[in-house]
Amino acid sequence: MPHKIQDVKDITIRFSGDSGDGMQLTGALFTDVAAAAGNDFSTFPDFPAEIRAPQDTVSGVSGFQVRIGSQDIRTPGDLCDVLVAMNPAALRANARWAKPTATIILNADSFEERSIKRAGFTTDDPVKELHIDDRTIIFAPVTTLTKESLKDCGLDTKTIIRSKNMFALGICFFLFNRSLQPTFAYFERKFARRPELIAANKKALQDGFNYAGNIHAIQNTYQVGAAKQAKGVYRNINGNQATAWGFIAAAEKSGRPLFCGSYPITPATGILEELALRKDLGVKTLQCEDEIAGVCTAIGAAYAGNLAITTTSGPGLSLKSEALGLAVMTELPLVVVDVQRSGPSTGIPTKTEQSDLNLALYGRNGECPMMVMAARSPSHCFEAAFWAAKLAMEHMMPVMLLSEGFLGNGSEPWRIPRMRDYPAIVPPLVPADDPSYSPFVRDAERLARRWALPGTPGLMHRVGGLEKDSRGCVSNDPDVHERMIGERAAKVERVADYIPLLKVIGAQDGDVLVVGWGGTFGHLYTAVRQLQASKKSIGLAHFDYLNPLPKNTAEVFRRFKNILVCELNSGQFASFLRDKHQAFFYHQLNKIQGQPFRTADVVDAIRKLL
Amino acid sequence: MKYSPQDFKSDQEVKWCPGCGDYSILAAVQRALPEICETLGYVREQFVFVSGIGCASRFPYYMNTYGFHGIHGRAAAIATGVKVANLSLTVWQISGDGDALAIGGNHFIHAIRRNIDINILVHNNQIYGLTKGQYSPTSKLGKVTKTSPYGTIEHPFNPGELVLGARGTFFARSIDVDPKLTAEIMIASAKHDGTSVTEILQNCVIFNDGAHAAITQKAVRDDRTIVLRHGEPMIFGLNRDKGLVLDGLQLKVVRIGEKGVTEKDLLVHNAQEPNPGVHMMLVNMQPPDFPVALGVVRAVSDKTYDDNIRDQVLRVQAVAAIKNVDDLLHSGATWEIA
Repeated sequence: MPHKIQDVKDITIRFSGDSGDGMQLTGALFTDVAAAAGNDFSTFPDFPAEIRAPQDTVSGVSGFQVRIGSQDIRTPGDLCDVLVAMNPAALRANARWAKPTATIILNADSFEERSIKRAGFTTDDPVKELHIDDRTIIFAPVTTLTKESLKDCGLDTKTIIRSKNMFALGICFFLFNRSLQPTFAYFERKFARRPELIAANKKALQDGFNYAGNIHAIQNTYQVGAAKQAKGVYRNINGNQATAWGFIAAAEKSGRPLFCGSYPITPATGILEELALRKDLGVKTLQCEDEIAGVCTAIGAAYAGNLAITTTSGPGLSLKSEALGLAVMTELPLVVVDVQRSGPSTGIPTKTEQSDLNLALYGRNGECPMMVMAARSPSHCFEAAFWAAKLAMEHMMPVMLLSEGFLGNGSEPWRIPRMRDYPAIVPPLVPADDPSYSPFVRDAERLARRWALPGTPGLMHRVGGLEKDSRGCVSNDPDVHERMIGERAAKVERVADYIPLLKVIGAQDGDVLVVGWGGTFGHLYTAVRQLQASKKSIGLAHFDYLNPLPKNTAEVFRRFKNILVCELNSGQFASFLRDKHQAFFYHQLNKIQGQPFRTADVVDAIRKLL
Repeated sequence: MKYSPQDFKSDQEVKWCPGCGDYSILAAVQRALPEICETLGYVREQFVFVSGIGCASRFPYYMNTYGFHGIHGRAAAIATGVKVANLSLTVWQISGDGDALAIGGNHFIHAIRRNIDINILVHNNQIYGLTKGQYSPTSKLGKVTKTSPYGTIEHPFNPGELVLGARGTFFARSIDVDPKLTAEIMIASAKHDGTSVTEILQNCVIFNDGAHAAITQKAVRDDRTIVLRHGEPMIFGLNRDKGLVLDGLQLKVVRIGEKGVTEKDLLVHNAQEPNPGVHMMLVNMQPPDFPVALGVVRAVSDKTYDDNIRDQVLRVQAVAAIKNVDDLLHSGATWEIA
């Protein structure tokens, strides 16, 4: 029976298995092939905190969801059309993400009594127990077939079994009518010195592909055409990599060497790892003894004239609080990246959330305002990091950049920009022996003090955490203290003159203004777009700049009957808006499950206001 | 450029208590810097003094150099950042015993482990002065303070032991009342490549007056301290008639001229010995059985963090395909939409 090829505009696939099953790699390779075929895509790795939780348990399940399309794709999809589950635990953890029409591919070999029990099923039929027996279920003995496929390849059994993810990927490639060549090329690069592994992986992939063609269990295969994308050279990029590269770009544009002091923490570590690779571009990374040293080495480096950054996630940001006060007080350029995760405390380290906003805005002793920005998508992290660094250096102040686990690990295609299209970064450096230099004298426009670098003749001065007058002398004078607090706050507020105005996507006035910030952009955008067909007028205002807010915020808010603030916390941005713009009523949509929004949740919430 | 100590005095009024040991340490450092500049070819603007919090940490305000007064305990981290950012700077950290060894203990040992070229001065007065008299991690067991009204029940750190335990390459000790020795050590520590730590036994006249008096008073100092100098026999005493020998695996004080002991029998100080065994015994010497070791106890050469970071960047850049950000953005797999 020949299968039917079905053209689809947009389809979501979710790979799941034990954390040792290689599902992240499988998902990444699937994505690469989609990218090579010109699809738009968005990925969502969803993995546990444990590196190798006990085998076959639900807590050890690692997932990777990717949505590909021939149209504009902004989210990794709410539910999947194809689910791959390598063991019963993976099926148990992920069945809820499968559409009623989904095709589910199971590794039949792992559905034996012991694994079924370990996954917490009470019967011997997980499919029935999960009430998914009406879906298209493909029971493929992936392990047995991989063993059979590679029996003559000369590898040990453990390595052979480990290749089963490539067999499964081969099945998926058949299902999506994909060429195997890009993945073959990957094997050749990856295992350049291990020809036996190249051959084995190719064979497993090819045999998986052939198997799927032979079994006749698949009636429909999918074809996803190339998306209409602007001309240019593209690459796949995740948020952490984009963040790192944005800083390197800012270093190049400013001529200031890049220094990153950091301590490994999920899900921010990828930024430090990426920067550590870039010795070729002169990047200095210092993996510190703790989070506090991470920020303090960065403050020292900022004093000495580097573009200094520190990267962390929530618990680490808590530890850095005191030092951030020092950065505010010494008025040094510094970017702090918080790749947010579920809190409080250790929380759910690998799951996403937007619950550090209050900490970013207020989490320091004394009157200590800081500029706060947020990235909206994986590739936007590049822009956000570049602008955070530019503003920090030109305005002489620390800037907080909020990212999220969802962005840091998620990836999307990115049209590679040209550095010549980016603006110059001109920090207010002081020339040697400038007799007019005084440490805390400000320029009239930005209210920024100037940056006098140690090593420069004639500018010797002292800074520190004690309150000082404009000459840099320690002062306990009540009037000086109040004036300096006012100046530091005014300097942050003044940034509003240098950031873009808030733009509204969709209707420019009318019924509902959806308000968001950070990594929810894709879901909010997709929801608003879905509702464009309705007769109601719905707009989206997504904030990249949270403090200070864009100058036209109130003007935008006035144009809509309802304002719906959507965020992955219990309403922190809504509270901030209530404080800053009290004239408006703010509806809220909140989710705190360690998961991104589903587009459907957002659509429902908007509909309720119509 | 020729400097005088005056060139290193800032215009700020020094605000330590009258009689505080910090005054003489400040004077000793200001006295040493001209010679350091002359010997090592530094100019004044290359100096950065970094501190944490505490009485000693006000030090940078009084120096006519670049200065950074940090937050409690973090001076080593800030100093590390300054140095890594600009390897041509000469970076000095001033901390008290609380700043360096309690709240800053972690940064202290890790700076030493990295062997980054910064010079750390620990003003050890065995008390918290700026918070008005609580015990510190170097306060003697049983010490009565405001937070130990019945005496401390904690064992103190010996800073030298901590430095050696963290693989330190340089440790020296001085006393506030001997600015000449302090200045001599400052010069040695500036010459040392890598982290240098100098513990200065310092008197707090207000909250721990006389804590070191049993060692530092003029009348007893020569008998209760020994100034170690590399390559010289370990002789001490008012009459220069006492010395140190190795008796089995232990140090022992002997009298020259007694039981046939001559100067030739004494241990000769080898600060450059990589094995820290004898150095460990020396830093642990305490009266009444032993003199307290002063001077440069240890100064061994090893790769520094700054050399390593510089070398690694040069090594990678020599063969790098990526020369700028545009190269970087196009590295790896890309595809074109025409």
